[in-house]
Formats: sequence, structure tokens, C-alpha cells
Amino acid sequence: MESFLINLLNGLSWGMLLFLISLGLTTVFGVLGILNFAHGSFFMLGAYLCMQIMHIMPSFWSGILVGPLVVALLGVLIERVLLRKVYGRDISFQLLLTFAILLVLDDAVRIIWGPGYHVVEPPAILSGVFTLGTRTYPVYRLFLVIAGPLVGLALWLFFQFSRWGRIIRAAAMDREMAEGVGIRVPMLFTVVFALGTWLAAFGGALAAPHQSLAPSMGERIIIESFIVVVCGGMGSFPGAFAGALILGLFESFGTVFLGSAQMAVPYILLAAVLLVRPYGFFGREV
Amino acid sequence: MSETPILQIENLGHSYGRYLVIRDISLAVAPGELTALIGPNGAGKTTFYNAVSGHFRPTRGRVHFNGRDITGVPAHKLVPMGLLRSFQITNIFPNLTVMENILVPLVLHHRKGFAFLPSLRRKKKLYREAEEVLDKVGILSSAYRLANELPYGDKRLVEMAIVLARNPKLVMLDEPTAGMNPEETERMIHLIKELATRFGTTFFLTEHDMKVVFSVASMIYVLHQGVLLAQGDKEAIRANTAVREAYLGGSARD
Amino acid sequence: MADTKRMQTVAGIILVFILFLTGPFILPVYWTMILTEILIMGLLAMSFNLLFGYTGLLSFGQAGFFGVGAYATALFLSKGGNSLFVSLVAALGAGAVAALVIGFLCVRRDEIYFAMITLGFGMMLYTVAHNWLSLTGGSDGLPLLNVPALNLLGREFSLFDPNVMYLFVLTVTALCIFFLWRVVRSPFGLMLTAIRENKQRLAFVGAGVQHLRLAAFVIAGALAGMAGGLFCLFNAMATPDILHWGFSSRPVLMTVLGGSGIFFGPLFGAAIFFGLEQLITSMTENWMIFLGIILVPVVIFFPHGILGTLMDWMRTRTKRAP
Repeated sequence: MESFLINLLNGLSWGMLLFLISLGLTTVFGVLGILNFAHGSFFMLGAYLCMQIMHIMPSFWSGILVGPLVVALLGVLIERVLLRKVYGRDISFQLLLTFAILLVLDDAVRIIWGPGYHVVEPPAILSGVFTLGTRTYPVYRLFLVIAGPLVGLALWLFFQFSRWGRIIRAAAMDREMAEGVGIRVPMLFTVVFALGTWLAAFGGALAAPHQSLAPSMGERIIIESFIVVVCGGMGSFPGAFAGALILGLFESFGTVFLGSAQMAVPYILLAAVLLVRPYGFFGREV
Repeated sequence: MSETPILQIENLGHSYGRYLVIRDISLAVAPGELTALIGPNGAGKTTFYNAVSGHFRPTRGRVHFNGRDITGVPAHKLVPMGLLRSFQITNIFPNLTVMENILVPLVLHHRKGFAFLPSLRRKKKLYREAEEVLDKVGILSSAYRLANELPYGDKRLVEMAIVLARNPKLVMLDEPTAGMNPEETERMIHLIKELATRFGTTFFLTEHDMKVVFSVASMIYVLHQGVLLAQGDKEAIRANTAVREAYLGGSARD
Repeated sequence: MADTKRMQTVAGIILVFILFLTGPFILPVYWTMILTEILIMGLLAMSFNLLFGYTGLLSFGQAGFFGVGAYATALFLSKGGNSLFVSLVAALGAGAVAALVIGFLCVRRDEIYFAMITLGFGMMLYTVAHNWLSLTGGSDGLPLLNVPALNLLGREFSLFDPNVMYLFVLTVTALCIFFLWRVVRSPFGLMLTAIRENKQRLAFVGAGVQHLRLAAFVIAGALAGMAGGLFCLFNAMATPDILHWGFSSRPVLMTVLGGSGIFFGPLFGAAIFFGLEQLITSMTENWMIFLGIILVPVVIFFPHGILGTLMDWMRTRTKRAP
């Protein structure tokens, strides 16, 4: 029972991180039509900047507030200077451009912070462990389990009820019509890309006290969030949520039943979805 | 209509959710006869067309082709049986030459799609057949141009040639003259007639342009608000009061 | 006229091949080895381009099949096999089988989904190579303790001699490239370009698009496996990093550098890639960041690759000339 609870919490906390990352990926794709390979690099950059800012302003909260904002500004720059040149071009060129950004960012992180591991301490209020029967569990992970859905809910409210949220959804559905009714689409694209990068970086900052920082930390998250969006359907909010949750839980319970073979879990899920529902949980053939 | 029909449709109906788009349509296409389905926009022509040509499975009714029940059979399986469709929008292989556009269906027709070692260039027979088809539709002179570079009307001819190359028993055309200028329309009408009379190709077309229909079709069905309103040759349709009221608005004097 | 053009192309290819043949006799050993690597990676990039340039499918997992081929060769030779020929057939076969299984899943989707899925399954192969210690030796890889000698006309040539290795690789890649050349000029090759141009139209004239895609995927996987087998012989080992997506990006970059619309574009791109690598690593260790910085303008300003843009430029010039 206790180990069940612990696995459940592990699965939920990882699932929530995956959800935040997939959400940024899927929103950017839905509006800009661009699959961002560098999304995992923004995740990593968020974590590293959070750590860096904690050196200047020694509080986790300042790190998690400022770090992702800096990354979002970088996102604005990248959208304005680079991505803007390839809208409407062949999909593979857009992919390659974001891949080039990934190469630059990953190597830049390696140059600036070195190839080794770094650790970020959780804030005092969230550090330590609580007891769960006979076992202990880190408080911070519980925080992740709660923070993830809260951010998700906030975003959902934003998309559903705010003016900007509705504009973004309208533009995602029909770009030409959005232009026709006077929405400044170029501006909107910048905002959405900045939002996407912010989400990735925020996820990274959230993850920073939860895992050690290394230049390869963006890798696992981007691959798994790709799997999430293939399973959930690209551009789908509930799809990203369901996909992330299922993958997170499968992985944590996978350790119980499969031992070291649990690394295969994401791929087994991907294969199963492609076999049974090739267009995702909520997807339909187009 | 003593011959067995090549296409026979019985009580076809389709609904999206609770909204019934077409209902209870029965019609037959005799081999060699140019048959047309007309109706104003929104009458359900495209739904009918898609339901028959295997785009989706109709919710009611049956479709028989050449004596076989093909209700709900997907389009790519209808092709080897000899039922081909064209599209409202130009649907060709843009960055291939016109010749290659025609070679694609010919390769498939001869079941050579997976032949990965022989050289395509050496298949002189395929090239000869492609030339014949291009000659039929009158664009042989553009054979080695990129399909994309042709004027709009010629692209529609390329599409027609792609369909003809599979040697179809029945060709379904969806608004074959949509978007064409008068000259191109004239050429297409002439082509359809010629293919039907000289080569015996059977056409079934949907169209909203009355002039086109009256000048090519010998058998006409009128669709209105999802049901068949009338059928017959063009004199019968012209004389039909229900059609005049519903569709022509009483002003068909052409 | 078409025939003279064809003759010119063939003559050009033969000339380039002869130039390649003379390589080891005039170049220093170091450059012969670079040239060997260019050929191997060029073959990988050309196998990738069968999917990308011809079929319109962006595979981001091609390194997976390359790696499977490399491990097949390494396993065969380290478990007592001592036939060079069989070790490469094993690489080819392993690449094909892996591509058949994985491709069966991948070809159900296309465009960005195909890219994401191939990336995912490529990384799955990487995870296997990295973690199945008893079979693959984990992150240390599998070293080749013996590389069988090449037996030719009763004489034995050691592949540890860089010149012998080079000529051996040249022969095998030339054969594979010739095979690819036949494939893209076959009726099947026309089907692949038709998929790229308009898969819906192709389905509506009666083609099984997914089966055709799968066949292309298997051919590409087999050739990637072959390239991997050569790479294993060349390095005398198989390591997991050659299955990583970072490695998968190489054929992609080479193809984009050279031009995906040209048959030999990826090979040319491989040459540019290694040239750049030599140039940049002689100045700095951080070569990936420069690669990214170079790639950005190439993607934005040279949509047909460097070789492709060069050829477009020459074509317009000859057109303008009186």
C-alpha cells in the first residue's frame, strides 16, 4: 500500500512535469505550425538559469520567477529573428532550424556551466521529507504533484476565458480568419512562442530541485513529451494531460513490474498507441 | 436501359449525427452512357459523391458496381475494380513531369509498384501507353514539362489523364469544369464527349453548371435538398415543372 | 539530346570514382582515413535521403539502424565469426529487420509525427545498446579484437592498413550507391516521389501508400545497417553513441548541406561536414555550437542545400547565356 502510494506520487510528479512541457510544445505547434526540437533545451536552460539566479538572489522563488522570464525573452528573440524566416516553408526546414537552435543552446550550456552535474536545493519550506507509514517521501515531489495541475488549470482558464487566450485558440484554428478579423498575427506568434518557451523553462526550474542538472537533461524530457503528444494528439489540451499522466504513471509503476527494463515503457506505450489508435487518444484521421 | 447498369445505387442515405444530408437516393448508370447528377450547392452532391466513391461509408443504402456490392469499400480498393474518381481541386503530382504523372497510374496498373530494380526508362511499353493517354486528352506536346508549370485548364487535363491511365470502367467526375474559363470549359466538355463516344469511357459527373450538364449528359438526375427530384434526358428535365420551380427558379430559358 | 546528357552524367560519375580511387596514393594517411569516414557517412546520408528527398519522410532515427548494423558486425566477429562478407551481410540484414519492425509502426504517420516517432524509436535502440550490458558491453561498447583480412586473388590484405580499408569501403559504398541509383530510377522509385508529391492522389489511383513507405524504410534501414557495419570495421568497435539522436542528426545535416534534391547531394554534404569539422576542431573544441550557427543560415538562405543552390545557379547562368 505504501509503495503503491509512493509510486503513485512519483508517477504523478513526473507526469505533471511532462504535462507542462508537452503543453508548450503542443501550443506552439497548434498556433505557429512549428514543431520545436529545441523545446527540451529551453527546459534545461530554465533549470540552469534558475540555479544561476539563485547565486545572485539566494532564493529559489526568485530563480523560478526570473529564470523562465529570461528564457521567454530569448524565445521572443529567436521567434523574431529566426523562426519568422521559415513560416510557410517546408516542415522539414522548420524542424532543422529548431534543431540548429538546439545544437547551439546545448553546447552553450556545456560551455557556460561545464559538463558536470549541479544540484539545486529546494526552498526551506519544501525541503525535507514527510513520513508515509514506515517510509519517507520528499516534500518537494508532493509540491510538484500539486503545482503541476495548478499551472495546468491556470492555463486552461487563460485559454478558455481570457481575451488573449481566446485569440490564440482562434488563431490556432484558422490563421487566415484571425488575420481577417484584425488580429495582429505576427505579434500573436511572438507571444505564443514566448509562452511556449516560458512553459518549458518554468518546467525546468520546477524540476531543478527534483533532479540533478546536466547538459543532457533536456533529452529525456523532449523525447518523452514527443511520445506524449503523439499519443495525446498534437494541439490537444486534454490529450497532453492524459498522455502525460499515463506515461508518468506507467513509468513509475514500470519500475515495480519490469525492473531495469522499465526504460522501455515509453516506447511500448508509443508502439501500442500507434497500433491501436494511430491518430492518438482523441485524434481522428485527417 | 436494357443493359445491366454498371453502377446501381439503392436507397442511399447519409446523415451527420441527426442531420440527414441525403436520403433514399436510387439511381443507375448504364455502361457508355453519360450520366450527370445536378443540384444547387448544398443539395448534397458532394456527400453523395463521397459516399459512392468510397470516401466514407453511407449510413443507409447499398452501392453496386459491376454486379458487386461495394458499399463502404475504401477508394483505393475500388481502383483495381475499375472505379476511379477525380477531385474538385486540381489533384496532380506537381513537381513531376506530365509524363511521370501518367506513368504513376500506369506503373500501378501493371502491378509494378514494388519493382525496385528494373529501370523505368527501359519500360518503353509504359511510355507508349502514357503517350497514348496524353494524346487522348490532347496534352502530348507538354509531356516533358513540369505539371506545376501548366496553365490551370491543362492541369485539369493532366488529372483526367491520370484517371484514364488506369483504364477505368467508370469515371466519377466532381464538377469537372469548376474554376475554368469559358474556353477551358468548352475544351473539357468536348473532351468528355469525345472520350465517351470514341473510347466508350463511362462517366458519372456531378455538376452545378446547367449548361455543362445539358451539353454533355444524356441521362440527368436532379438532386434537391438531399432527395432526387427528377430524372430523365435533358428534354424531360427542361420540361419538368418541379425542377423549374425548385432549381431553375422558373427562369431557365437557355 | 537526353542521351548525350545521360552520357555526360555517367562519364562524370566515372571520373569522380577514379579520383576517389587514386585518393590513397596521393593523400597522406590522415586524409585517407577522413575520406573513408566521408564515404561511410555519405552512404548513411544517402540512405536517409531515400526517405527524405525522395519519399518526403523526415527520419530522425536513422542512426538507430546504423548502430544495429555496427553491433551486428561486432557481435558476429566477436562471437567467433571470421568472414568479412558474412559480417557485412549480418549488418545489412540486421538493419533491414530492425527497420521492418520499427517501420511497421512508423509508416502509419507522416510529416512531423514521422519525425517524432522515428526519433523515439531510434532512441529506444540507443537505450538498448546503452543498457544491455551482457550483450553490448554498455557504454564501453564492443571492441573488435580481430578484423578478418581481405582475401583477394589468393593474397591477404589486412584491413588495419588504412589504404586497404579505404579501398574496401570505397568498393562496398560504390556498390550500395549503385543499388540506390537503380532504386530511385525504377518504377518503385517513381512511386516514392509520387508519395512525396501527393500521397492522397497516389492512394486514389490504387496504391498502398503505407506498404510503399515501409518498403522504402526497409531499404533505407538495410543500407544504413551496411554503413554501420563498415563503420564498425573502420573503428574496430561499436559504441552506443552512434545510435544516439545526436548521431541521427548527422545524415540530416549532411543532406541539408548537400541538397536533398540531388542524388549525390548527401555524399557531397558529408564531405562539407567533415571539412568543416576538421577546420573548426582545429580551432575550438565546441564544434557542435558552430555547426548550429552554420546550419541556421544554410536552412534559411539555401533551401536546396549548397550543392543544389550551386547547380540552380549554374542552370540559370547557362539559360541566360546566348
